Amino acid sequence: MNQLTAAERVSVARHPQRPNITDYIGALFTDFFEQKGDRLCREDPAILGGVALYHGRPVTVIGTRKGKTAEESIRCNFGMPGPEGYRKALRLMKQAEKFRRPVFTFIDTSGAYPGLEAEARGQGEAIARNLMEMSRLTVPILAVITGEGNSGGALALAVADRVLMLENSVYAILSPEGFASILWRDAGRHREACEIMKLTAPDLLALGVVDDVIPEPEGGAHLAPEAAFRELDRALGRHLAALLKESVGSLPISRYQKFRKMGGAPKEEP
Amino acid sequence: MSGIFAKRRTRLLAMKAIRDNYVPGDQLVACPKCGGESQRKDVAGNLSVCPLCGYHFPIGAYYRLSTVLDPGSFRELNEKLSAADPLSFPGYREKQRLAQRKTGLTEAAVTATGTIGGRKCVVGVLDSRFMMGSMSAAVGEKVTLAIEHAAKNKLPLILFSASGGARMQEGILSLMQMAKTSAALARFSGKGLLYISILTDPTTGGVTASFASLGDIVLAEPGALIGFAGPRVIQQTIGEVLPEGFQRAEYQEEHGFVDAVVPRKELRETLSRLLRLHERGGRS
Repeated sequence: MNQLTAAERVSVARHPQRPNITDYIGALFTDFFEQKGDRLCREDPAILGGVALYHGRPVTVIGTRKGKTAEESIRCNFGMPGPEGYRKALRLMKQAEKFRRPVFTFIDTSGAYPGLEAEARGQGEAIARNLMEMSRLTVPILAVITGEGNSGGALALAVADRVLMLENSVYAILSPEGFASILWRDAGRHREACEIMKLTAPDLLALGVVDDVIPEPEGGAHLAPEAAFRELDRALGRHLAALLKESVGSLPISRYQKFRKMGGAPKEEP
Repeated sequence: MSGIFAKRRTRLLAMKAIRDNYVPGDQLVACPKCGGESQRKDVAGNLSVCPLCGYHFPIGAYYRLSTVLDPGSFRELNEKLSAADPLSFPGYREKQRLAQRKTGLTEAAVTATGTIGGRKCVVGVLDSRFMMGSMSAAVGEKVTLAIEHAAKNKLPLILFSASGGARMQEGILSLMQMAKTSAALARFSGKGLLYISILTDPTTGGVTASFASLGDIVLAEPGALIGFAGPRVIQQTIGEVLPEGFQRAEYQEEHGFVDAVVPRKELRETLSRLLRLHERGGRS
């Protein structure tokens, strides 16, 4: 593994040419059929989702979408979903459960969108609902942090049986800029924030927040995407095979226990 | 015998409640909403609600409990659970100690069992005076233990939220408390038990985006600020002035996220009625 500082990893994670959800779907899945809309209000392009084949097996794929061109970025709100995006994601996950399909989520977002309409339509409620429902979904859920995974907006797709991180991705309570701004009232101190936030993949693996770190090519996934896809595919295949061996009833129990342990002494309930 | 202990418990909660019901100011208290001045004892005697305009002053956790629980029924759960310093964050230990000294609390959450209108329940309260009621791993753990205690004993659960959101100094582990508490509520709900969430000023960030929004019944105190993103962040993002009343309890009721806005004075009676309505088959 390469030895980048936390701040350097943040730059790599945000690199404009870093593979995005469309690239991952193209490389790892076949026959992708996009499903739009939350069936309540509107379609949120900041989240892309649908059904596809993973090595011939039907699966549901959901991910936050960052554009690569200015036009595309504006259209998908720079990967910042609103409540409709999270509700669409939940709709697709419930459908995956109905058809007994594993769920794959790909996360790269600076966070849920802090806008007036997002608030009016219940951004907090939408995220909360996803956390609760994902915790008891009876099909396997695999989440991959591919770029930056910030705040509840990332967690709303990451209550998974396995949470994987690409080596240079970051996962945190909020952006280093936001963190420095809240804590020190100085967003300019974001580099300093990076170093103490414990947001890198190796840090989070050590904290037990993520389950596996996928090595990236030297310099980052954008320099040799094919190699990055191969590594990720291998890891996903391995984790999926292990999860498929578990019984339907035991998945939500082990998922619960995994999150139950975070940041506190585990106390088992019969 | 139990009478003696009940009396002792009543006195203990009463003492903690008096300390918590401290409204700043000398003899006269100025209301931040209407600007009117009232006698301190009139505000304190009015459940810390401005006698002139009805503004609800923030109140401490033990005082809050004393306003809804039947006298003598309070039994605190996991009283000693306090925050760790999982990221060895510079200055965090000192901040915790300051907050503890200032409030007399060990953490931003107090959880207890008690009765309301004679019906047993588990009640949790976040206290905004303790590091803005932010969600540390200990707060998440206390809330989760309260949910699990209610689930195990088949009791209704009532949680009062007041929080600025995540505890920055605990980073990602604070974020994980959102998943932990929501997952515990999923199990609780699966047992057919009642959860009433009460949103008080302010309920924002990670608490809004987890257990506070997941009640079977969601109540709010008048005027409480309730949202995911804070108004300052939204204003910076959209570059517009926010409309009057935006994200307040009444706004959230209008937008479909709150069942009822309930004044503090009516809360005990409302909770008592809701507990009665949710008894098996409606019988006691």
